[in-house]
Amino acid sequence: MSDYVQMWKDLGMDLESHDTLCQVLPTAVGDVFLSQENRPKAMDFWDLVISEVHGIRPAELIEEQKKGRKVFGTFCVYVPDEVIMAANGIVTGLCGGSQFWVPGGEAVLPKSTCPLIKASVGARLGRTCPFFRIADMYVGETTCDGKKKAYEILGEDVPMYVMDVPQMKRPEDIIKWKQEIAAFAKRVEEFTGNEITPEKLGDAIHLANEKRKALQRVYDCRKSEYLPISGRDALLMMQISFFDDPARCAEMCNRLADELEQRIRDHVSVVPVGTKRILVTGTPMAVPNWKLHHIIETSGAAVVCEEMCTGTRYFENLVDESKTTLDEQFMALSERYMKTNCACFTPNTGRIDDILRMVEEYKVDGVIDCSLKFCCLYDTEKYQVSRALKKAGVPVLSLETDYTDTDAEQLRTRIGAFIEMLNA
Amino acid sequence: MKQYAVGIDIGSTCAKAVVLEPSGNIVRRLVQPTGWSSADTAQQIQTQLSEFIPQADIAATGYGRVCVPYAHKQITEITCHARGACALYGEQTLTVIDIGGQDTKIIRVEDGRVADFLMNDKCSAGTGRFLDVMAGTLGLAPEELYALAARGSGVHISSMCTVFAESEVVSLIGSGEEKENIAYAVVDSIVTKVAAQAARLLPTEGPVCLTGGLCQAQVLVDALSGVLKRPVLTCPDGRYAGAMGAAILAGGFSSGLSR
Repeated sequence: MSDYVQMWKDLGMDLESHDTLCQVLPTAVGDVFLSQENRPKAMDFWDLVISEVHGIRPAELIEEQKKGRKVFGTFCVYVPDEVIMAANGIVTGLCGGSQFWVPGGEAVLPKSTCPLIKASVGARLGRTCPFFRIADMYVGETTCDGKKKAYEILGEDVPMYVMDVPQMKRPEDIIKWKQEIAAFAKRVEEFTGNEITPEKLGDAIHLANEKRKALQRVYDCRKSEYLPISGRDALLMMQISFFDDPARCAEMCNRLADELEQRIRDHVSVVPVGTKRILVTGTPMAVPNWKLHHIIETSGAAVVCEEMCTGTRYFENLVDESKTTLDEQFMALSERYMKTNCACFTPNTGRIDDILRMVEEYKVDGVIDCSLKFCCLYDTEKYQVSRALKKAGVPVLSLETDYTDTDAEQLRTRIGAFIEMLNA
Repeated sequence: MKQYAVGIDIGSTCAKAVVLEPSGNIVRRLVQPTGWSSADTAQQIQTQLSEFIPQADIAATGYGRVCVPYAHKQITEITCHARGACALYGEQTLTVIDIGGQDTKIIRVEDGRVADFLMNDKCSAGTGRFLDVMAGTLGLAPEELYALAARGSGVHISSMCTVFAESEVVSLIGSGEEKENIAYAVVDSIVTKVAAQAARLLPTEGPVCLTGGLCQAQVLVDALSGVLKRPVLTCPDGRYAGAMGAAILAGGFSSGLSR
């Protein structure tokens, strides 16, 4: 990534620390991805993007900024990309997924904060992530207490807008979220200087839907008994989709889906027939967090679906494209986003329904419910997830982990035993 | 089928091995401290079992299972303890509690198969290591601690963490508390933790069996039975359950084997 040194310097990054981070990435990518056999050819796009994850896309964003476009950094699938896109803004994900950033976050956050939040704050304060440097505005939301408080710290030196996500799903909550979206649209208009018209919002809704459909197409391929793509590769595609240009994302995902559909027709599978199929559910896995998938898939099973924010929660459900006024469109957006089943809601029975449905759709043999350490919401919800699955006769393994490698062998034992149990 | 099946269980504290005949008869048992190198331990076991190894199917289990180059299979300790417990206790449906050196496992076995399991997390409270550390702090051998604990009562340790619990024990020693009461508190602490963990998986009926080195600690077994309000079965070969299971699975022997 040496070509980008000047860009990183211009972004005010801590180059020395950043070098340390960049040095570990090629080994990790090699171990987790390139060592796999029989990968889809279309993965070459994501291999390239991840190999220069702090170079290619940041350089594009900076070029767009030079043309006057604004970049909005987000941390949650509840923030409506469409509103930003309609004002000619660019959305990029910001969640931190590396242990490298955690100590930086721990310098200001309580120890009992989840690693995703610690890493995100550490990436900002340590000046070692170009996306955190580039974003003109951060958009937060109230999906957990840890994030809410962390946004106050992040907001000290960057424009920060926080959307108030309802905690229940009553009709009045959907109206309330619509109002939040409308208020956010106003702020985005002010910040970009661009008016959001029904036409522009309609176009943005269409584009976001096309991206969702493309991601869904790849996931649909994973439902096949001939598994055409590994869980690791699908996860990488998902993770990068938060950073990429939405039109190119849709194009690349459709290109991948074309190949996967052909593989299914040709009965090409990346794992032997009979390999146990795992649904992973729980907290998101931000780049470069590939730990759980790597352990599962090197222990003799295959991940066929992720019921998580870096998974189905990001793309399931489309926004109604038939609305023609901003008011109706904001409502259509609210209705779609409020279908996403996050553990911050109470009750959250929709997530249980989703998991049970996906067990059927993806022909799942066992579920691994994994949350990041100190995520009270997903950790507590494990009780209901596990109970519902057991009632349905579906084996489930509940785990908790963080970004370190110190528990890798303990995870390997639990996951190994779970797979032995499925194979028995 | 080969003449023998060998199971090697390299745990965090002790390494165990058994040699089985196809009848299920144990022809050799072996236990030694794991020490600092699992690989060296595995090699020593190989030397001691040299008369059997060339004619045996071999499986390794335990956290050091990857350090046994001459094993034909590696199987997790969950599967092995379940299978070993079925053989040792002559039951196909049971709940296994294994208090190991660095983790505690609760395993539900139905019809000879693992149906569900739990392992404690990173913390060593509620494990054999906890007992070792506390015995050391009290200047006792583990066996002496069990014997004393049987006579003690009335004191409790509240800390969840081994390091903090040790400070509590030091404070109790400093305040002049009777040693048997502190020993009782140590056993009470581990039993409370294990029982809370077991409660998540324990069905209302069916036998509950202990495996692992603590099968010999009668005071702990009694206390655990008391908290769980049901008998906890033990057996003299309990510490070999993991190695037994590994041997059975290595040899492809039927699980309903005789003792």
